[in-house]
Amino acid sequence: MFLKIFIPSLVQNQLIPVTTKHTLVPEKWVQSYSDYLYNYTITRVNNDELSKDLVQETFFAGLKSMKNFQGMASERTWLISILKRKIIDHYRKINSKKGKAEVRMNFYKDGENEGEWIEERAPNSWSSDADKDIENGELKNTLEECIGRLPEKYGMVFKMKTIQGFETEEICKELEITPSNLWVIIHRARTQLRKCMEDNWFNN
Amino acid sequence: MSKLFISCDQATTICDKNQYGEATVLDKLKLGLHFLRCKICKMYTKQNALLSRVFGVYADEKCSEKKYLSVEDKQEIEEKIAEKLN
Repeated sequence: MFLKIFIPSLVQNQLIPVTTKHTLVPEKWVQSYSDYLYNYTITRVNNDELSKDLVQETFFAGLKSMKNFQGMASERTWLISILKRKIIDHYRKINSKKGKAEVRMNFYKDGENEGEWIEERAPNSWSSDADKDIENGELKNTLEECIGRLPEKYGMVFKMKTIQGFETEEICKELEITPSNLWVIIHRARTQLRKCMEDNWFNN
Repeated sequence: MSKLFISCDQATTICDKNQYGEATVLDKLKLGLHFLRCKICKMYTKQNALLSRVFGVYADEKCSEKKYLSVEDKQEIEEKIAEKLN
């Protein structure tokens, strides 16, 4: 009984903020959201120029579909949803024909040696003090160069997983790929990186 | 049973997964069995652990740096938006 009397007023009070409609103010987009959107993009694609383009395209796409904005989500959430689409589109583009030719094979694809190491890409032993100075600045440069040599798709997934530390589930959802797909990509990226680091650092 | 015996390609995939703590118990069993007959993949695993540490140092450095659009870039985008609004 006691509760019943109070519930209507509680509900009413809570409903007020929910019913407020969000509005779009495109004149302020750059000032309010460009840093946020840019950082969101660069942690995923890790390329300054491309990140700038994607942010710009997001704003333009936003302008085009302003009339479809229902005011249910905040302006920022709405812009992020457009940006997410742009990132998936970019991933799809690099995932198509062009990326495939660049992949270095580390294992025999068929024949009686299927799945075995291709000799010249198999690990060689590293010197016993290989782990001596892993904080070395030049080592960092070498790694950066090796990551830069990965096909873009492999670089993108590898960095999201390893450098940014995203959860597997999150990456799969964002790029619309399966976990087994993700592990194949990580595997190929890491075997290629291992070879590159061996040639340019650990056995140099 | 034959599925317990895996190729180097599969073994190193599990090894990579394991670097993120996401290999299953069955995965690890297959990997252990593979090591019994493959020294190269065993070496790969050792090197992989070292690489993970290198990646970790690099990641710590990368994640602490924030990147922003330059003032010029922002201005340029702002102008383009204004143009489209008119």
